[in-house]
Amino acid sequence: MSDSNIKMVAPPEGVSGEGFFATSLNEVVGLARANSLWPLPFATSCCGIEFMATMASHYDLGRFGMERNSFSPRQADMLLVMGTISKKMGPILRQVYEQMAEPRWVIAVGACASSGGVFDTYSVLQGIDKVIPVDVYVPGCPPRPEQIIDGVMRLQDLVRSESVRRRSSPEYEELLASYNIK
Amino acid sequence: MTLETTQIQDKLVETFGENVFHFNQEKDLFSFEVAADKITAVVLFLKNDPILRFHFLTDLCGVHYPDNDVERQFAIVYHLDNWYDKKRIKIKTFINGEKPEIKSLTTIFPCTNWMERETYDFYGIHFIGHPQLKRILNMDEMTSFPMRKEFPLEDGGRTDKDDRFFGRTQSNI
Repeated sequence: MSDSNIKMVAPPEGVSGEGFFATSLNEVVGLARANSLWPLPFATSCCGIEFMATMASHYDLGRFGMERNSFSPRQADMLLVMGTISKKMGPILRQVYEQMAEPRWVIAVGACASSGGVFDTYSVLQGIDKVIPVDVYVPGCPPRPEQIIDGVMRLQDLVRSESVRRRSSPEYEELLASYNIK
Repeated sequence: MTLETTQIQDKLVETFGENVFHFNQEKDLFSFEVAADKITAVVLFLKNDPILRFHFLTDLCGVHYPDNDVERQFAIVYHLDNWYDKKRIKIKTFINGEKPEIKSLTTIFPCTNWMERETYDFYGIHFIGHPQLKRILNMDEMTSFPMRKEFPLEDGGRTDKDDRFFGRTQSNI
């Protein structure tokens, strides 16, 4: 391994000694989750094109443990909503979110997914956070691949520091209840 | 072998008399108006007449004129095409603004099915005899008819659009 060029993730804080390493479960689970986020691209317009560039060899999101795009919500961890979501699409997006298994995270990529963007009109959902909870918002119209990667890395920070108990906490249940999910 | 506009006009006036009027050449598009209750008869005649042969309906849409008299507040525009003689015409018909309804053309031109649904979706115009008159583009829960002028274009649920940030208020506090 010493002569290879592979970059490894640094180990979490802990106590190491002869033949053992002790750390908290949160740290280990966070480390594992943050570096194996499987994306579910929900691309409806130009932000989706930028995401294609992000996934392709030049920017290569696969470096972050996201080599495999999941086109089934059931095997995905990170929902990337990219593009204008019309009100008619809202229930479908919500259904996709409901089909994802916990733990699940959402990134709203671009102005339209975050706030409706320039489409302040009767037919367009004014931000996907009207129907599902969002973890990270990426600004831009459309955002460049660097911005999308930055958004993903911010999400990795969230995932890394998330408590393993968060998804069963009353706060989280309250959050889902406020969106009327489940 | 070209089909002259005068020929179309003469044949229509001969058959329908005062129910077709306002003949007008708008650029390269010959257009006229039809009384709303005669629209199916006129379109059927235009389609089946051996000389006119307007066998193709290109477009159907609605228009809202809120400032007109109540009897003429909605218009429906039909574009018909004759591929044999390369002739296109536009038919306009006005209907009541409080109870907008007109006969459906779906039995004459099946392609109008979706166009009439779209017109219903955006203007709330009822097409009598349409097999499935329900919304086609907007979500089913929508209660407004958004292309009518009384409905606002903008969505009321927008929370980040604060006029102070766009220099739209006088004081810009």
